Amino acid sequence: MANMIEARGLTKRFGETQALAGIDLNVPAGTILGLLGPNGAGKSTALRIMTTLTIPDSGSCLVGGFDVLHEAAAVRRTIGVAAQDATLDELLTGRENLVMVGELGRMRRSAAKNRAEALLVEFDLTEAADRVVKGYSGGMKRRLDLAASMMTRPPILFLDEPTTGLDPVSRNRVWAIVRELVSEGVTVLLTTQYLEEADQLADRVAVIDRGRVIADGTPAELKRVTGGAQLEVTLSQADTRSRHVLAPMVEGEIIASSDGRHLRAPVSETRGLVTRAVRALDEANIDVEDIAVHQPSLDDVFLRLTDKKLTQKDAA
Amino acid sequence: MSQSVISAPSARGGSSTGGAIKDVWVMTKRNLRHIAREPLQMSDVTIQPVLFTLLFVYVFGSGIPIPGGSYADFVLAGLLLMNLTTSSMGTAVGLTTDLSTGVVDRFRTMPMWGPAVLIGRSISDVLTSMMCALIVAVTGLAVGWRPDAGPAPILAGFAIALLFAYAMAWLCGCVGLVAKSAETAQSVGFLVLFPLAFVSNALVPTHGMPGVVQVIADWNPVSAVTAACRQLWHNPNPSATSSAWPMQHPVVISIVYSLALIAICAPIASVLYKRRTTS
Repeated sequence: MANMIEARGLTKRFGETQALAGIDLNVPAGTILGLLGPNGAGKSTALRIMTTLTIPDSGSCLVGGFDVLHEAAAVRRTIGVAAQDATLDELLTGRENLVMVGELGRMRRSAAKNRAEALLVEFDLTEAADRVVKGYSGGMKRRLDLAASMMTRPPILFLDEPTTGLDPVSRNRVWAIVRELVSEGVTVLLTTQYLEEADQLADRVAVIDRGRVIADGTPAELKRVTGGAQLEVTLSQADTRSRHVLAPMVEGEIIASSDGRHLRAPVSETRGLVTRAVRALDEANIDVEDIAVHQPSLDDVFLRLTDKKLTQKDAA
Repeated sequence: MSQSVISAPSARGGSSTGGAIKDVWVMTKRNLRHIAREPLQMSDVTIQPVLFTLLFVYVFGSGIPIPGGSYADFVLAGLLLMNLTTSSMGTAVGLTTDLSTGVVDRFRTMPMWGPAVLIGRSISDVLTSMMCALIVAVTGLAVGWRPDAGPAPILAGFAIALLFAYAMAWLCGCVGLVAKSAETAQSVGFLVLFPLAFVSNALVPTHGMPGVVQVIADWNPVSAVTAACRQLWHNPNPSATSSAWPMQHPVVISIVYSLALIAICAPIASVLYKRRTTS
């Protein structure tokens, strides 16, 4: 499968800050790459370079087969972009914004109007469509920006933190739209701070920290590195039988605290796990005080990944 | 599948001349919509001209004798130029505002013709200038201004004034592209535009001014365009007696000044715009 996005050794420095320290990325056609990283990791800078907004200090990048530096016009005809700061005209209505983007994207006015209408429905913005964007909530602006990125049906989409600031319902809606586009063959590069989002959407994930890709793989591979989800159980009093009860539901070793009341174990399948665990413990007459599945957070990912890097260095 | 996806861009066409004109039109339309949304921001081309006309004709005019005509006949061309000059600030403020929001980033990821942002701005500004000119003319007629010429020279006068306004829009565009915020653009603009508008023959004849000031006023483009309008409209034009070359050939020098300003400022503006939007 051909790569729709190919970045090689991208570097960028802003004054004292090395925003990118040499980044390589590949996104095959019709797939989603998630760029995962904390604030300031360099995600947005990488995205700005790939969307022709920022010139890298060194390195090269092909988008849709076109060079972002020397064929910027061709790249711009191929991409749709939803940047992190809403890039909308605050004094126009939502509908006027979309039609304007369509017209600047070389669509006929009538086609732009139809497409705008469809996207307004899709992003649940019909009620606000003819209101000035200035009065929109943050989530509405975010959704309109995403709609704008899809106006011209670009084959490649760049979405910078597409669901930051969205409520869960809108977030699921955006995820569904992105999935549908990819099923139609669109290639997507999105940045996110949420492991869950990368897990839900991305075929592959690249973890970025301080301007470098520190891990790259499928979400499952990444989870293996980070240890995945953990089941955490607190009992009213220590009970050795609890290990036997929980063992079939977890993967790997169950770690108990010194007083034996707190148990922790890695798990892979988390659906309905808490219910099953409580039921099994209850049947064995073991009193549960608290039980939860702890999903690995971005912090966990980073802790593990930076740990791993250190040990690798030590080994070398 | 990947083949059809890759071929999609060319299907959407390139940046042809037609595309560039369309981009300019889309940008112009956008700026005009802004005006419709916030009409009070337009007070400098709607209310200000009326206010200044009344103020100058009825308050200052009563104390300024004009040889060969009434003060209203004399001052109208000057008021037109003063209003057009000060309102060109809108270009600076509009551009700085655009640059401070993310909307320019959106434009830059689109396959549009880059300069359309600047040209669209200058065109919407000249359209508001036309409205300003109309309001000045109507108010002038109401307070007794009477041009003593046929429709062609009268329109020629307005055309020369609007050409100058268009040139000023490009000058102010450069200010807006350098300024960090709309407030800075506004104050820097006033520092440039107010002396330009007032150290001129627009509101009072120049022969009473002290030597150096008079020379500056006689060579000021605002004076030239004002004198050109007065000459074309057969309104009192005391500057005709000045020996300064621009005052002897106001029509020609007005056009030369305006074209020169556009020729210098438009390329500078596009370079500044490129530099400002590239990181």
